[in-house]
Amino acid sequence: MYTILSKEMLTPNICRMRVKAPRLASSAKPGQFLIVRADEKGERVPLTISDYDAAEGSVTIVTQKIGASSADIISFEAGEAFADVVGPLGLPSEFLKKSPEELAAQHYIFIAGGLGTAPVYPQVKWLHEHGAKVDVIIGARTKDLLIYTEELGAVCDNLYICTDDGSCGFHGVGTAQLEALVAAGEKFTQAVAIGPMIMMKFSTLTCRKLGIPIVVSLNTLMVDGTGMCGACRVTVGGKTRFACVEGPEFDGYEVDFDEAMRRQTQYKAEEAAENEHHVCRIGRGK
Amino acid sequence: MANRIPRVPVREQDPKVRATNFEEVCYGYNEEEALLEASRCLHCKNPRCVAACPVNLQIPDFIAKLAEGDVQGAAEIVAKDSSLPAVCGRVCPQETQCEGSCILGVKSEPVAIGKLERFVGDFAVSQRSQNRGESEEFRDFAESQNLSTSSDPTIPLRCMVPPLPCRGRHVPAGSGSAGIAKIAIIGSGPAGLACASDLAKMGYDVTIFEALHKAGGVLEYGIPEFRLPKEKVLKPAIDSVKALGVKIETNVIVGRTVTIDQLMDEEGFKAVFIGTGAGLPKFMGIPGENLNGVFSANEFLTRNNLMKAYRSDYMTPIHAGRKVCVVGGGNVAMDAARTALRLGAEVHIVYRRTEVELPARREEVHHAKEEGIVFDLLTNPVEVLGDEKGWVRALKCVRMELGEPDESGRRSPVVIPGSEFEITADTVIMALGTSPNPLIARTTDGLETTRRGCLVAAEDGATTREGIFAGGDAVTGAATVILAMGAGRTAAKAIDQYLKNK
Repeated sequence: MYTILSKEMLTPNICRMRVKAPRLASSAKPGQFLIVRADEKGERVPLTISDYDAAEGSVTIVTQKIGASSADIISFEAGEAFADVVGPLGLPSEFLKKSPEELAAQHYIFIAGGLGTAPVYPQVKWLHEHGAKVDVIIGARTKDLLIYTEELGAVCDNLYICTDDGSCGFHGVGTAQLEALVAAGEKFTQAVAIGPMIMMKFSTLTCRKLGIPIVVSLNTLMVDGTGMCGACRVTVGGKTRFACVEGPEFDGYEVDFDEAMRRQTQYKAEEAAENEHHVCRIGRGK
Repeated sequence: MANRIPRVPVREQDPKVRATNFEEVCYGYNEEEALLEASRCLHCKNPRCVAACPVNLQIPDFIAKLAEGDVQGAAEIVAKDSSLPAVCGRVCPQETQCEGSCILGVKSEPVAIGKLERFVGDFAVSQRSQNRGESEEFRDFAESQNLSTSSDPTIPLRCMVPPLPCRGRHVPAGSGSAGIAKIAIIGSGPAGLACASDLAKMGYDVTIFEALHKAGGVLEYGIPEFRLPKEKVLKPAIDSVKALGVKIETNVIVGRTVTIDQLMDEEGFKAVFIGTGAGLPKFMGIPGENLNGVFSANEFLTRNNLMKAYRSDYMTPIHAGRKVCVVGGGNVAMDAARTALRLGAEVHIVYRRTEVELPARREEVHHAKEEGIVFDLLTNPVEVLGDEKGWVRALKCVRMELGEPDESGRRSPVVIPGSEFEITADTVIMALGTSPNPLIARTTDGLETTRRGCLVAAEDGATTREGIFAGGDAVTGAATVILAMGAGRTAAKAIDQYLKNK
């Protein structure tokens, strides 16, 4: 059983859970993701791994209430258990292969948007522990939607917070903050953007302009997550790739974001109908 | 003369009715029909049907017991060679195997071996559930089929755990003070289940690792409910494997969650069988394949079968659209087409050769036609056309004609120049075959693969690395349930030998 060890609401709609999954916890690496199926009738929902603790046998997931399936996941309380948690899925981040010398020569800039801030954490933590210089830009619509500021602050060199409404930190989007930093003389060798598809698209456009290589982590549709269904097809460098097994991280310059955004909407009509007719199953099986 | 009786027809759900539901198409024989059909067997001295069966099921023997009215005896004979008769009786391509070689078929219709196997398999399931006293449902089933059960209800029926195929008591390797040898099976599809049951019967400590949340492999995610009912047929089949002592651990992706080396070095598994199937979908590589509304048959079927999208109480979304083109002519294409039809779409099968070359089982093609699926034969897609929002609006195709036979012996289709035309459609499902998942080969040193990504294995399943065996689609590429089961059984014998010689 995949018991929920702890649960806390980071914002009114974003929830952090520590879940017992010993095999997964001992093999998870930065950049990988997992799939949760809340109960027998639930969907298989791909989620990023926000942290993992092999000793405790637990993984941390951060979920935002968007549709019926994410609402179901969030409805679970500590002490209850999910039907299924499987992973780690996808390839670990490329930088895990780098030597200590290569890492010491790097200056990373992470651009995190909304929920995408959570999976940035294990990557930044790993790089920081392995001697790379890492700065992080966290972007959110408003102050109340910012997550992981303390956690990231503790493991990066410089943390930049931006809000669209100026309620906290830099007044503007993450890409504007990046341009301001470069203009002020910062020389980043590698950018990593994780967040909504549209934010990763604009981060890529900005990085291209600034001449910084960028890696993006694609949150595509998926069923099995093991290469079986092909729902996660993305065009990268003119070739069709499966984000679940060949990703989720790709060279941002090569990704066809417009196609990826369009493909994300494939089940919108069906999901809208589901949300409308969704019978809340909170309290099931108790 | 027994062979003068015509083949007993099997009762089926009316095509018009079944086109709107997911209940099983074929009702199967009742006892009276089964016994009558069994009486048609000639009991050949050299039964060609047995040789044509990948697991060499003792077909004339079980049919003889059946003809005597001894269903239990028939079930015991079947159980010696097959752990999944209720499944195989439903999904095997009998026309090219046992029934295809039946001598009666030369002048009239072959014995309905598949339907008889199914009858016997279903009987065994109903007996097992009765013995365990678990399910009223199967008792009802047995009664509805007028099956004879024990005359004295107080005497428990003999448990249908299949007896050992070998003579004398089997002593598994490593059964000394160090304990019984542990064997890991990767994948809970037909190959893995067959291998696991044989090894468990020999006395080994067997654990199956399954990547998905439910056991069964392609039987669960691929084959639809209307061909293979999950609760009534598949679940009892898997329960019977578990009843032999086989453990099944779901949600373990070998190669990611744990590696084969970890299983062997850290968890003490002495041998490994890889039965991971051929799960990666192929696409055509034509323009427009990533438009919204183009799906792999795997995605479409997995959503509907494993994830139960057809049931309103499940949350899984599925998109069938109004008009669907299914590209391909195999069993998976038929399954996808008939699923889309049941979800309310008009469905066309688009296939580049003629009906004779359709790789699907004849029965599936026949059922698909009865249900109203349109076959656009000698037709090959060249592009998927989209609307301004990026959704499919049509499939651009060319007409084909048959040319010279290719290396597989099938006549290869040739494009008729200038024959381009469009088929209007809002959904396209690609059912072009599948290839093995490279994950295990990539994460296990010393495992060689072929150019096509299949694991290299000897006749007995031994791979290029000691202690690791493989079988089924992971070795052969996409094939049939029964071939995978046969490979699983062969590997079980080889694993036993390997552990004994170690």
